[in-house]
Amino acid sequence: MRTALAPRVDRRTQTLRQVGLALAVVLAVFVLGGMLGPTAADADLSIRTQPPSGAHWFGTDQYGRDMLARTLVGLRLSLVVGTSAAVASGLIAAVLALVAVAGGDLGRSIVNWLVDLFLALPHLVLLIMISFALGGGTTAVIIAIAITHWPRLTRVLVAVATESLAGDHVAISRSLGHSRWYVARRHLAPTLLPHLSVGIVLMFPHAILHEAALSFLGLGVDPATPTVGILLSESMRSLSAGYWWLALLPGLALLVLVKLIDTIGNGLRALTDPRSHHL
Amino acid sequence: MLTPLLKLLRVASLMVAVALGSFALMAASPVDPVQAYVGADAVNVSPEQREEIAERWGLDEPPLQRLAAWAGNIATGDLGRSQIYNEPVIDVLLDRAAATASLMLLAWAFAGVLGFGLGLLAGATQGRWPDRALSWWAYLLASAPTFWVGLLLLYVFSVWLQWTPVCCAAPVGTLPGDATILERLHHLILPAATLSVVAISPVLLHTRQSTIEALESDHATFARAQGERTPGLVVRRVARNAAGPALMLQFAAFSELFGGSLLAEQVFTYPGLGEATTHAALRQDVPLLLGIALFTAAFVFVGNALGNLAHAAADPRVREEVAQ
Repeated sequence: MRTALAPRVDRRTQTLRQVGLALAVVLAVFVLGGMLGPTAADADLSIRTQPPSGAHWFGTDQYGRDMLARTLVGLRLSLVVGTSAAVASGLIAAVLALVAVAGGDLGRSIVNWLVDLFLALPHLVLLIMISFALGGGTTAVIIAIAITHWPRLTRVLVAVATESLAGDHVAISRSLGHSRWYVARRHLAPTLLPHLSVGIVLMFPHAILHEAALSFLGLGVDPATPTVGILLSESMRSLSAGYWWLALLPGLALLVLVKLIDTIGNGLRALTDPRSHHL
Repeated sequence: MLTPLLKLLRVASLMVAVALGSFALMAASPVDPVQAYVGADAVNVSPEQREEIAERWGLDEPPLQRLAAWAGNIATGDLGRSQIYNEPVIDVLLDRAAATASLMLLAWAFAGVLGFGLGLLAGATQGRWPDRALSWWAYLLASAPTFWVGLLLLYVFSVWLQWTPVCCAAPVGTLPGDATILERLHHLILPAATLSVVAISPVLLHTRQSTIEALESDHATFARAQGERTPGLVVRRVARNAAGPALMLQFAAFSELFGGSLLAEQVFTYPGLGEATTHAALRQDVPLLLGIALFTAAFVFVGNALGNLAHAAADPRVREEVAQ
């Protein structure tokens, strides 16, 4: 739907601005979360369970710790877990997609079977079992998320690679005598890389939400670390006392962070996809 | 004739792989099962008693022998004994599956019907305010943590308004078996609402998309040329086109739904399969965890198979494809 009057700022610039702004906020959370570590552990029993105020925007918990600082520290850990798990998962997806494309019929069936195997159990059950097998803790959560989140991206990458290799330009390139390696480097990689990077960014929200879920159940990171899942599980204990801010605000902050990363991912997809009409 | 057989073989190979993989994961765990079993009594348990426990559970044998014994037992329908509930795993599973099934069924039906209806509405009003509001809402819910939504609902309806109970599947002091249907529904409504709030967005967004596509198709244009208005068009021609994919999506969502019910049951202390999973992992009940893995895998396979059947039933084109 194009209107006769063009907007003053074109859609591409608008998308770029949105992505830049979202990225800046996410980075700010990361930096602040790193700086506020000591503040978050600061207990002051004289200001226990205070509702949000000018001094403590997110209120304070049962030990008088500032909830905003604790939330930011938690979000930073979410970002660390999300980044490492999503990147590792993306690499697994890329390797398996290449195996499927280069390995002929056998390679393709093996990869398809593996994808089905990892989708056979509910995500959360598989995550719990892997985290259990590794004995829990932050590293276990990262590994568990990394080895459970690649199947869908692998499917996308295999489909994109197959489509790209079936193109006329590849047939021409091959008939001109170029090697398979040349085709992979000059024709396959440029089509796959945008999908891979966007896929990794869009995997981020899932990774973060699953980390929060695991920690909420008590099967994730060490309960002494203030991640959003832990904060919310702590808030459950005092919910009937009416301390609504302990549950509402950390969860809301997590939701906003996830939405920001989603915005970055969708913006990047729109910017890198030449067929996107929405720009 | 060959294709169904191949499909069956594939499912069988996947199930076997799930069983082997789960067993390997449990065997690799650093948790000492004897220690997990004795728990807080550890001080009072002598080394001899430990050995006895290990012998009774068959834990003194090498992993491969344990695997063989376990696989043999499964083949005869014996999933072992749950350590934390101290009854056969199969009984724990069946007991709790009923509670989880009622929770999931209610949430599933609610999310399906509401998501489909609102998706049709959003698609039919593409670009105008109902569509914008619904799409925004669905996108927002898609990234909201299930347990957070549950906590907020719990706070608003149970703590603040006091319309619904704070926990459990039956009033405090009564056994779940003795509770009346109304009491049980009363306890079910909030967990089910939590679960459906989260499950609704995929159906809504997908239905919206297929509605938009169907409205742009030639047969819709033709019907319009004959004087059909948008509401009639949506009800009589578009709904059926959109129903197939929506049904398939709903059945394929079994896996996500189980993950959601795990979290919802934790928030509302609802005694279902999800709560059993969390307890089994927290208190290191390996036989129960293995049983749950097999059970949920079977559940997901059934969901996918039902989804394909439903898609074929709603869409004649798919039916022909399958027949060929």
